[in-house]
Amino acid sequence: MSRNSRRILATRLWRGLIYLTALLALVPLFLILFEVISKGLPAVIHLEFFQNTERPVGIPGGGVQHAIVGTLMMVGMASVFAIPMGIIGGIYLVEYGHGRWADYIRLASDVLVGMPSIALGLFAYAVFVVPARSHSAYSASIALAVLMLPVVIRTTESAVGLIPANLRESGLALGLPRWRISLQLILPAAAPGVVTGALLAVARASGETAPLLFTSFGNSFFNADPTKPMASLTLIVFHDALTPFQQLQDQAWGAALTLVVLVLILNLVSRFVFRRQIKRAAQIS
Amino acid sequence: MSSGLRTSPQPRDLFRGVTILAALAAPLALLLVVGQLTMLSSHTITRLGLGFLTGTTWDPPRETFGALPFIFGTVLTSGLALLLAVPVGIGVAIFLAQPGAGAMRAAIGVAVELLAAIPSVVYGLWALFIMGPWLQLHVAMPVSAGLGFIPLFAGPPRQTSIFTASMVLAVMVLPTLAAVSRDVVKAVPFRLTEAGVAMGATWWETTRKLVLPAARSGIVGATILALGRALGETIAVTMVIGNRPDITSHIFAPGYTLASVVANEFSEASGAAYSSALAEAALVLLLLTLVVNVFALILVRATVKRGLR
Repeated sequence: MSRNSRRILATRLWRGLIYLTALLALVPLFLILFEVISKGLPAVIHLEFFQNTERPVGIPGGGVQHAIVGTLMMVGMASVFAIPMGIIGGIYLVEYGHGRWADYIRLASDVLVGMPSIALGLFAYAVFVVPARSHSAYSASIALAVLMLPVVIRTTESAVGLIPANLRESGLALGLPRWRISLQLILPAAAPGVVTGALLAVARASGETAPLLFTSFGNSFFNADPTKPMASLTLIVFHDALTPFQQLQDQAWGAALTLVVLVLILNLVSRFVFRRQIKRAAQIS
Repeated sequence: MSSGLRTSPQPRDLFRGVTILAALAAPLALLLVVGQLTMLSSHTITRLGLGFLTGTTWDPPRETFGALPFIFGTVLTSGLALLLAVPVGIGVAIFLAQPGAGAMRAAIGVAVELLAAIPSVVYGLWALFIMGPWLQLHVAMPVSAGLGFIPLFAGPPRQTSIFTASMVLAVMVLPTLAAVSRDVVKAVPFRLTEAGVAMGATWWETTRKLVLPAARSGIVGATILALGRALGETIAVTMVIGNRPDITSHIFAPGYTLASVVANEFSEASGAAYSSALAEAALVLLLLTLVVNVFALILVRATVKRGLR
C-alpha cells in the first residue's frame, strides 16, 4: 500500500472513530429517557399522583403533590435570594471587572459552581438547623441559593458581554451616568440572556438532592411552613428507590419522570430564550 | 472637580458599592462554607489530627474514625470514571468543534447539554435498577469468570459496586468533559488548521499533530475539572456504591466514598465524635475538590486566552 493511501485510510478510520464516540455519547441519554418514561408513566397517569400525598406501603392512591409543592417552594425561595443578587454581581463583573480582584471573584464563582453540593447542605445545617433545633425548608433554600448564585453571576456576565459596545457608546455620548447605562440600556438588551442563566440555575437547583438531606429533610405530609421539614421530588426519588417495596419504587420512577420533565422544560425554554438574545444582539450592532 | 462635589456620595460610587457587595457574595460563601465545616469537625480535627486521614478502620460504635477507605473509594471511582469518559469526551469535543455535519452536530450538542441537565438522583435511580444489574450480568460476570485470576477483577460481582459507580460517574462527567474540551479545541487558532492543510496534511493529521497539541493543556484542564465533578458527586454514587468501607482492589466489590458516607450516615450520627468525623470527611472532600478545581480552571483559562490572542 502506498504511503498516501495509508494516510487517507488512517484519516477515514479516525474520522469514523470520532463519529462513533459522538454517537456513543447519545446512548445514555436515550436509555435514561426511555427507562424514566416507560417506568414512570404508569405511576404518573393516575391523577391521584398529583393530588395526594404519600401513603404507607399497601395502601394505594399515594402521590407526590406535597413534594411538587415543596420543590417549587424551596427553589422559589432560593431564586428570590440568588437571582437578583447574581444579576447585580454579574453587572459588577461587567462594569468594573477588569482588575485582579475581579478575576479572584470570577475564580471564586467558578470554584463555587464545582463545589460538592453535600458540603452546602452541611453548611446550611450548621448555620440554620442547629440553632433552630429543627429541620426547615428555608435552610434548604439558603443552600440552594448558594448553589445558584455563581451560575447566575457568570451567565449574566457573559450575556451582558454579548451586547455590542456601540450601545454603551451611545449612552456615553448622551452623557448618561454609568448606572443608568448599565441598568437602563445594557441590562434590558441582555434580558433574554440573563433569563437564560436564571432558568438554568433554577433547573439545577430543582434537581439537587444532597443539599436537602440535612436541611429540609423530607416530609410525608403536606407542609407549606418554611420553618418545618418539607418534602421534595428529589428526596422522594432517593428514599423510595432504596426501599425494597415495589409500590414505593414505582413512586420513585413517577417522581423521577416529573422531575425530568420539569428540568428538561426549563432547559428547552432557556435555549429558546437564548436564541432571542443572539438575535437581539445582532439587531443592535 | 470641586471638593464639595467629591464629598457628596456620587451615584456611580453607590452603584459600584452595591454591585460589588453582590459580587463579593460568591467568595464570601466559599469562605463561610469552609469555615463552618471546619468548626463542625473541630472535635475530630483536634483529637485525631492526621490520624483521621491515614486510619483504615471506620467503626463508629467504637469511635474509631479512619477516613482512608473513603478517600481511596472516592479517588478510585473518579479515576476509573475518567479513564472511561476521557477518550469519548475528547472524541465528542473534536466532533463538535470541527466544521461540517451541521444538523448532526447540533443534535449531539443539544443531547450532551441535556445529559448535563438530568438530575443526579435520576442517574442514581437508573444506575440502581437498570445499569447496575445489566453490568453485573453482561460485563462483570463474564470478565470475572475469564480474568478472575487478576485481583482487579476477582470476587463475586455485585450490582452495587465500585465499577457500577464509576460507570455512572463516567456518564455524568461526559458533558463537562465534552463541553469544556470543545471550547478549548475551538479556541485553537484556525490558521493552524489552514497551515496544516496547506502543507498537504489530511484532516486527521492536522487535528492530531497541530490542533490537539495546541489544545493539550486545556484538555488536561477539562479532564481535571471533570475529576472535580466526579470527586464531589454524591447522590448517584451513594445509590450504587454498595456502602462498604473497605480498601479493596476488586472493582466488582462494594466500596464507599467521602460524599456517600456523609449522605448516608450524617442524619443518624449519634454523638459529637461521630458527626464531627463525618463533617471532617466532607471537609476533606471540599478541600480536595477546591484544589482540583482551581488548578483546572487556571489551565483551561490560560489555554482559551492563548488561543484568542
